[in-house]
Amino acid sequence: MQTHQYDVVIVGAGGAGMRAALEASGEVRTAVISKLYPTRSHTGAAQGGMAAALANVEDDNWEWHTFDTVKGGDYLVDQDAAEILAKEAIDSVLDLEKMGLPFNRTPEGRIDQRRFGGHTREHGQAAVRRACYAADRTGHMILQTLYQNCVKQNVEFYNEFYVLDLLTDHDLTTEDIGDGAEVNATGVVAYDLASGEIHVFQAKAIIFATGGAGKIFKTTSNAHTLTGDGMALAYRRGLPLEDMEFFQFHPTGLAGLGILLSEAARGEGGILRNSDGERFMERYAPTIKDLAPRDIVARSMANEVREGRGAGPNKDYVLLDLTHLEPAHIDAKLPDITEFARTYLGIEPYTEPVPVYPTAHYAMGGVPTNVSGEVLRDSHNVVKGLYAAGEVACVSVHGSNRLGTNSLLDINVFGKRAGRSAAAYAKTVDQHAELPADPTARVEAQLTEMRDRPDGERVAEVRKALQETMDANAQVFRTGESLGQALSDIRELQKRYANVSVQDKGKLFNTDLLEAIELGFLLDIAEVTVVAAINRKESRGGHYREDFPERDDANYMLHTMAYRRPTSAPDAGDGHVAGYFDHVEDFGDYKVVLGSKPVTQTRYEPMERKY
Amino acid sequence: MTAVLENPATESPKPEVGAVPSFEVTLRVRRYNPESEHGEESVWDEFTVTAHGTDRVLDALHKIKWEQDGSLTFRRSCAHGVCGSDAMRINGRNRLACKTLLKDVNPDKPITVEPIKGLPVVKDLVVDMEPFFASYREIMPFLITSGNEPTRERLQSAADRERFDDTTKCILCAACTSSCPVFWNDGQYFGPAAIVNAHRFIFDSRDEGGTQRLEILNDKEGVWRCRTTFNCTEACPRGIEVTKAIQEVKRAMITRAF
Repeated sequence: MQTHQYDVVIVGAGGAGMRAALEASGEVRTAVISKLYPTRSHTGAAQGGMAAALANVEDDNWEWHTFDTVKGGDYLVDQDAAEILAKEAIDSVLDLEKMGLPFNRTPEGRIDQRRFGGHTREHGQAAVRRACYAADRTGHMILQTLYQNCVKQNVEFYNEFYVLDLLTDHDLTTEDIGDGAEVNATGVVAYDLASGEIHVFQAKAIIFATGGAGKIFKTTSNAHTLTGDGMALAYRRGLPLEDMEFFQFHPTGLAGLGILLSEAARGEGGILRNSDGERFMERYAPTIKDLAPRDIVARSMANEVREGRGAGPNKDYVLLDLTHLEPAHIDAKLPDITEFARTYLGIEPYTEPVPVYPTAHYAMGGVPTNVSGEVLRDSHNVVKGLYAAGEVACVSVHGSNRLGTNSLLDINVFGKRAGRSAAAYAKTVDQHAELPADPTARVEAQLTEMRDRPDGERVAEVRKALQETMDANAQVFRTGESLGQALSDIRELQKRYANVSVQDKGKLFNTDLLEAIELGFLLDIAEVTVVAAINRKESRGGHYREDFPERDDANYMLHTMAYRRPTSAPDAGDGHVAGYFDHVEDFGDYKVVLGSKPVTQTRYEPMERKY
Repeated sequence: MTAVLENPATESPKPEVGAVPSFEVTLRVRRYNPESEHGEESVWDEFTVTAHGTDRVLDALHKIKWEQDGSLTFRRSCAHGVCGSDAMRINGRNRLACKTLLKDVNPDKPITVEPIKGLPVVKDLVVDMEPFFASYREIMPFLITSGNEPTRERLQSAADRERFDDTTKCILCAACTSSCPVFWNDGQYFGPAAIVNAHRFIFDSRDEGGTQRLEILNDKEGVWRCRTTFNCTEACPRGIEVTKAIQEVKRAMITRAF
């Protein structure tokens, strides 16, 4: 075991992690721990753009952007946070340009902007050009630019280190910790993939920037490595997860594969058609049609297929039509995604429409934070020294449905904020808080048990069964019954997980072992997602209950806060909003308790959401 | 698998509408694991898996790992050619496993899969990427400017932006560098990827560090080692004209015009 001491430790080297590192590393001693090489992070797969009301090509302002974000999130957005997001967007884009990001340019040499779903002028009048972009590889450019600047600043990285535990000075799962009592995060425990050694990182401040959990689904745009590690670690250590029932399904995944085709395809003029060739979005969103927010487009597509108007031999997808666009325009604006269609489906987008179907894309929920990136341990108390930013976090700027281009924005705005707050906090702390007596005990026990377990079931079989039940029962359309099925399947899989074994028993680069550990994260995240979805008996944003098709503000204008607790613990959740969400799922060895947190409303009264 | 026809007189049933055809494919994988019985010796292992029409080499590797031999080790993440984790030598050519369809590499014969060359092998298909990233870091891969920062964005014409577009596509997968015979023989050579990333900044109209970078690449292990074999261009999964970029850097070194 090796022990390291830093002021700030950042877990994850995608956009949020590296943006935070650029802030913190100039101020205090900082390390970034990543289970991948930084440039492999999935920020690099983001395509279409980053929203900011620069008004470089037409009238725009941050207030319209705030409104669109709030309405796009079906009013479950914390409006103070959305306002920060939209205001600070402008500097975030300019920061990146100054760091060297090669944005596409207007004829005047300014940063070019294009249309994207749900982004409008004058509160919904018409689509607005707000997305700053670099062809259809904006995420790639952001990831590269941030990494380049980390190289410039000599940021210290621990690559291919898996963080497997979070250390705190109180056990939040069992201790009764009063309102206002101090809880500190003290470090993380990591596993070095190359050597199999365990490292302890003691830190004054820790930032989780571990990304999403798309691999709980079968059809997903997410990387194999997006297994919800940070969310699951926080959750297992007794921290709540917020709004986990809201998962975004991106409308245009390559059919059968889930590979993302950017919404920029529609921003640049692409049209969705059913088997009759009909532009069906005209029926679902008469004003902005194909550029409606993702939840609406994904549901409309799934509905076309369900009602028999799907295309293809099995009538199980719809078509993204770019054939009316000039090939030169496609090459200039959408080079990568058209190449995906050629490479993976053998489709030539110049002349043929591309088969597409919704693909699991983004977790709106996650580890709750305030606007400084500080992690909450209930509806209002923070954990000192613990921060989160990016997809792992829930601020909440995305509410129940994120607008396209707001996630590249989120990682920059809140990555920067988390980095700054963490560094500022670390400066106020004289001494590192003491670590628990045997900080690696839990991780060592977990790894040894998994490695030494004799012949059992294969990890891949359990994972496949999980992903299949999530696709079948917790996707675009959900019912109490389908979610109940998903939950009972997950419970069964949790039992099977206790019996999986790995074949690779070695210490060096044992990805077999880490895949088994990651499956444990996936199961916990899927479970809490489904429990929260069962409890929310309304339809809002990305969470659509066919048995409760209306939004129900009277009962559900609240964030869900899900806690994992021992069966013996009291059931009160956080108890700060009496009467709501006292839902408890008792699984015998532990239970999931659902509490709530009020939604912050400033300027905008909830209205019916029409486009 | 042998299908026994109940009634040999009837024609074989037509495949179900929309069913994806499947086929068997054999992968010959170069294995290396110092912890195994083979110690420091690398060995070939053959695996046969059932694949579907759109499956990639990565899918076949996953099938092996998930269904047959969990110890088979390789890197991967995004699985669609943008993260750069899974560059490997497939039938003797550097490619990304996630971008190479099995049907495109003739699945009738065994497909050989080896780690990329010129970097130390850690385990099976995993190599130590550190020397590769060290070269990258040496060419100062970041925008260098002087003077006060503008309040708004720096202006750049669309044509100036286009000038270095090709080299911005690099995903640092090392397919180019590890396909280069000069790099195989001389591990000190910067290699194509580092030069591509230098190009990306040298030809960026906003950058003022071109002279410094050219100085670095004028080193004996710099651009002059390139023998224009075009392996790098052929290997690049992003379609970057790597050799052309290297030539442009060489020319800039002579003319100091960039």
